[in-house]
Amino acid sequence: MKIHEYQAKELLRKYGVVTPRGIPCFSVDEAVKAAEELGGKVWVVKAQIHAGGRGKGGGVKVARSIDEVRQYASDILGMQLVTHQTGPEGQKVRRLLIEEGADIQKEYYVAALTDRGTQSVAMMASSEGGMDIEEVAHSTPEKILKEFVDPLVGLTDAQAENLARGIGVPEASVAMAIDALKRLYTCYMETDASLAEINPLILEGNGNIKALDAKFNFDANALYRHPEIVEFRDLDEEDADEIEASKFDLAYISLDGNIGCLVNGAGLAMATMDTIKLFGAEPANFLDVGGGATTEKVTEAFKIMLKNSKVKGILVNIFGGIMRCDTIAEGVVAAAKEVHLSVPLVVRMKGTNEDLGKKILAESGLPIITADTMADAATKIVAAVK
Amino acid sequence: MSILINKDTKVITQGITGKTGQFHTEKCQEYANGKNCFVAGVNPKKAGEQIFGIPIFGSVKDAAAETGATVSVIYVPPAGAAAAIWEACEADLDLAICITEGIPVRDMLIVRNKMKQKVANGGKETLLLGPNCPGLITPDEIKIGIMPGHIHRKGRIGVVSRSGTLTYEAVAQLTEIGLGQSSAVGIGGDPINGLKHIDIMRMFNDDPDTDAVIMIGEIGGPDEAEAAQWCKANMKKPIVGFIAGVTAPAGKRMGHAGALISGGADTADAKLAIMEECGFTVTRNPSEMAKLLKAML
Repeated sequence: MKIHEYQAKELLRKYGVVTPRGIPCFSVDEAVKAAEELGGKVWVVKAQIHAGGRGKGGGVKVARSIDEVRQYASDILGMQLVTHQTGPEGQKVRRLLIEEGADIQKEYYVAALTDRGTQSVAMMASSEGGMDIEEVAHSTPEKILKEFVDPLVGLTDAQAENLARGIGVPEASVAMAIDALKRLYTCYMETDASLAEINPLILEGNGNIKALDAKFNFDANALYRHPEIVEFRDLDEEDADEIEASKFDLAYISLDGNIGCLVNGAGLAMATMDTIKLFGAEPANFLDVGGGATTEKVTEAFKIMLKNSKVKGILVNIFGGIMRCDTIAEGVVAAAKEVHLSVPLVVRMKGTNEDLGKKILAESGLPIITADTMADAATKIVAAVK
Repeated sequence: MSILINKDTKVITQGITGKTGQFHTEKCQEYANGKNCFVAGVNPKKAGEQIFGIPIFGSVKDAAAETGATVSVIYVPPAGAAAAIWEACEADLDLAICITEGIPVRDMLIVRNKMKQKVANGGKETLLLGPNCPGLITPDEIKIGIMPGHIHRKGRIGVVSRSGTLTYEAVAQLTEIGLGQSSAVGIGGDPINGLKHIDIMRMFNDDPDTDAVIMIGEIGGPDEAEAAQWCKANMKKPIVGFIAGVTAPAGKRMGHAGALISGGADTADAKLAIMEECGFTVTRNPSEMAKLLKAML
């Protein structure tokens, strides 16, 4: 689960990481009031969407008067902000963060994330803050430093110091940077984050270290023990179909193609998508119905797939293990009838009670095309939508 | 022969009294020598009782001491699953198989590091399979986990995969063209897990009754690439490889920093390329895994 920058900073402050003072706003009037409350001469008006690259897309502006705050807030609120992470249609800006200006002397990058290979937490730091870190990793990987932290020990002073000195934090500020890194690590662990990134972490003219921007992702498996983080969830930032699917315990992801697919198991679902592409079309979605595909679940899955007007055909691929093919066939038939299916449907079933399942499909009176293998199913659905 | 388990393996079921545990324990008992293999269950509140004729003990330690079991299978719900893994480890079992899906990553990080620490301090190593996996099976001998037994057939092909249904797909293809399996192993889809592709490939390489292997992977993480490098230098048997997720969008499942740390080697295309370079016969068509393998024998 992702959260907004202002929420991430709220979390960081809770763990003692220093950030600029700021106030989240939902309207232009609130933005003006926030700037007045913060005082000073310079404010930053920041679009709050979950995607990165907001500055480049025109979603972050420095205002030098209250009038400018008003101007920028009205420009940004409601705009379709396009960044390299939003796709060409962009994301509508519904929230702003008004922040006091900062005296930036130097920008660093620091982050915590779980490293699968070493089964530890990787603390990363770079002198190249404020930039797209993927770009840095690509062009100058030597400028990204890593320390692997044993979760039974935690981030040691020595590790934090290596990072702070390694990215060139001036002597007078090293202790502050170490402190920030250790607090970031604690925050990462205690909140069950899967990514905690401060980019940039800045050095101010007075030697202070501050988190100027922050991004967090959280482990969905652990949200049950963090009601305070679930509160941060912003459904406006998520795909409506994916939210709908999650209510029925379906794992769904929208894609750009025109073949809807419904599969049991994440690996088989990906393999099915890949096969569709291999045979000349593009999948419209990833959809894993999971282990217990009831008629209700299959029906909801059909409805969600068909909401996408690009869908010109559906491929169902089920490996019946514990879940029997005849049960699935009944679900598919009921679902197709309920949604008055008007696009071609290819069903491939394998495993337990396969023949019984195929019989149910054949006798349903519906124009269901059956297939024996994934390749056969993909060939048939691609032909049917042409 | 087989890897990790055979008809003489004695198994403890942790979470035997839950709905999932009961359902699958019964299926496992019914499969091949299952009746003799599943010898104990664990539930501290129901110690002394029985289920399907299997005695329930208060702890894994008690169950192991009383029955001589050396393997456990875990169906405990996510919040308590990491503690169940640690209990199996503290009881010095040989192998713990965790079926549970949805365990918090931090819990897995901590238990995996505790397991490593125990070994570093001279303690006995307990291997972990999973979590979030279907388990493993040695056809006609024993099945531990949630896979459908009837699609398997005894034979000489090894199968290893991160995905449950994709393992079944490979097994069914093999069985259909007359090739049986020595063992089929699901290592699970979680980012922090126990045995990896490389470990299972090593075991298949050493198993005199495995002639060839189907290795199935998916996007994310460095495991398949590491296994491929190892195989290039050491594997003496033919391998067919498939990676699911050529069409999976980047960034949908992992934050950009995740892709960053694995150095861009975790896309399906990158993994397929490495596997091919390391001598695997790779395919982009998952329907022909078994057919390709047969052609190599």
